[in-house]
Amino acid sequence: MKLRVDIVKIVGNFRLDVQLEAGEGGALALLGASGSGKSTALRCIAGLTEPDEGRIMLDGEPLFDSFRHINVPARKRRIGLLLPGYALFPHLTVRRNIAAAVESRADRERVAEDFLRRFRLTEAADKKPRQLSELERQRTALARLSASHPSALILDEPLSTLDSFLKSGVEQELSDFLDGFDGPVVWASHDRGEVYRNCSYVCVLENGASQEIISAERLLNHPGTEGAARLSGCKNIIGAIPRHNAVFIPEWGVTLRSAYPIPPLLNRVGIRAHQVRISEPALVNAFEAAVEQVIEDVSSTIVLLRPSGAAENAPLLRMEIDSATWRTTPDQRHVTVAIGPQDVLLLQ
Amino acid sequence: MDWFPLLNSLRIACLSTFLVFFAGLFAARWVTRLSPSPLKYVSDAFLTLTLVLPPPVIGWLILRCIGPGHMFGRWMWQLFRVRLVMTWQSAALASALVSFPLMYRTARTAFQRFDSGLSDVARTLGRSEMWIFWNIQVPICRYGVISGTVLAFARALGEYGATSMAAGYIPARTATVSTALYQCWSGGNEEGALFWVMLSVLLSGVCLIAVSVLEERQEGG
Repeated sequence: MKLRVDIVKIVGNFRLDVQLEAGEGGALALLGASGSGKSTALRCIAGLTEPDEGRIMLDGEPLFDSFRHINVPARKRRIGLLLPGYALFPHLTVRRNIAAAVESRADRERVAEDFLRRFRLTEAADKKPRQLSELERQRTALARLSASHPSALILDEPLSTLDSFLKSGVEQELSDFLDGFDGPVVWASHDRGEVYRNCSYVCVLENGASQEIISAERLLNHPGTEGAARLSGCKNIIGAIPRHNAVFIPEWGVTLRSAYPIPPLLNRVGIRAHQVRISEPALVNAFEAAVEQVIEDVSSTIVLLRPSGAAENAPLLRMEIDSATWRTTPDQRHVTVAIGPQDVLLLQ
Repeated sequence: MDWFPLLNSLRIACLSTFLVFFAGLFAARWVTRLSPSPLKYVSDAFLTLTLVLPPPVIGWLILRCIGPGHMFGRWMWQLFRVRLVMTWQSAALASALVSFPLMYRTARTAFQRFDSGLSDVARTLGRSEMWIFWNIQVPICRYGVISGTVLAFARALGEYGATSMAAGYIPARTATVSTALYQCWSGGNEEGALFWVMLSVLLSGVCLIAVSVLEERQEGG
């Protein structure tokens, strides 16, 4: 089963233009900074907001088609929605929250009972949402979602309201639930870690425009665009010029070799902070730099470097290094660093 | 002691509140669903108008619309021998028009605070708009809805200006607490007037204490 989306929605002077496809082979992440239009895109898919033009197809059936004037209402789309904080009905017990999603009136009690058991909620059945633990709240939301028999799922930053110490357990259960779900899943997020852990494919949304869908692995190694590189957590992005099979960074006066062919339209490179390493002077892509600032993080040390050939107001190179390694570095004022040719992200 | 005015006032207030409950809820639902636009502001002002209009204006409008001297009223009289004004029902209509904005505005305020994520999720779960309204939105906004109802009831109970024009003062037929009080005072019956004054203060006070308790609960979620 496939979910195909190709829509345009204009809100004030913001233009959302999204093309994506989700289906077999794992969840699709919709990765974007806040304000990039993720929520609006999901609302259009769910049928809560009407796009201005385009099409939304689920399993070959149109849910929305501006040309043919089709707009299936949200309650008939069979698209399950998971919101931050889960939007449980606060005045209803867990049992009645689940029952609210059961279509047939006659079976409501029995089906709700069945889902209570499947989601290990029998003991919490008569509690109100505010009396539940975070895990139970999520289970209630997932049980309620399942009781409506959705064909596809869309998740709008479901974990964004959680404290980090609660998050991992809750995320694991959600991930297990999605593994067992047979249908397209779109997971909107601004958290690359969340995306790598739970999604196979990524569609980057930048200022309302969706980029080509790539695998999560590729986003890490070959993000392709500056926006994707930033969203994938790349801290060093700087202007560059192609030069044979290498790139020249004018602001630093540094030339870096790449393990991959240089795209002719390249205008930037990205360097991940943890891929900057202390090196011997003679190695490939090695250059000297002065240490400008050292910041101790929880388990690593962040070192801000000024390459020796850098212009006056050039951006600093951010290096993230294991604290123990940094402590044993003999000269903490001047270092030689290198970036592996396979780690130079070629961007355009 | 003639208790008829009190019973009649209660009867009028009950019918009036029944009408205002549904009309106010649906008006509030309709206005909160409008996106900010001139239509929204004009509708809101129009629906609140009778709160600030002098009640005799409403009485006059009722007489103009359904009074015996005018088209609809004359027609009803000629066809069915039914008189629409000078009845307790016309008093209920007058009270309903005057108390409507209290229900409408209180419900609207409660609806504005309602988390629309809940109705969005309910839609994706396959529920209809009416189901969501009665099973999710109204129960969650119940304190606002109930306090609006109580306020509208209290207002209807003591309504004078519009009621006295639409229903007059006919002892044992249209007399209400307010019109009886006026009659006692103008006839020099100080004792009777004092009685109705005390009763009105008592009833209004009880209603307002109820509203205040409800609002406290709503704040507490």
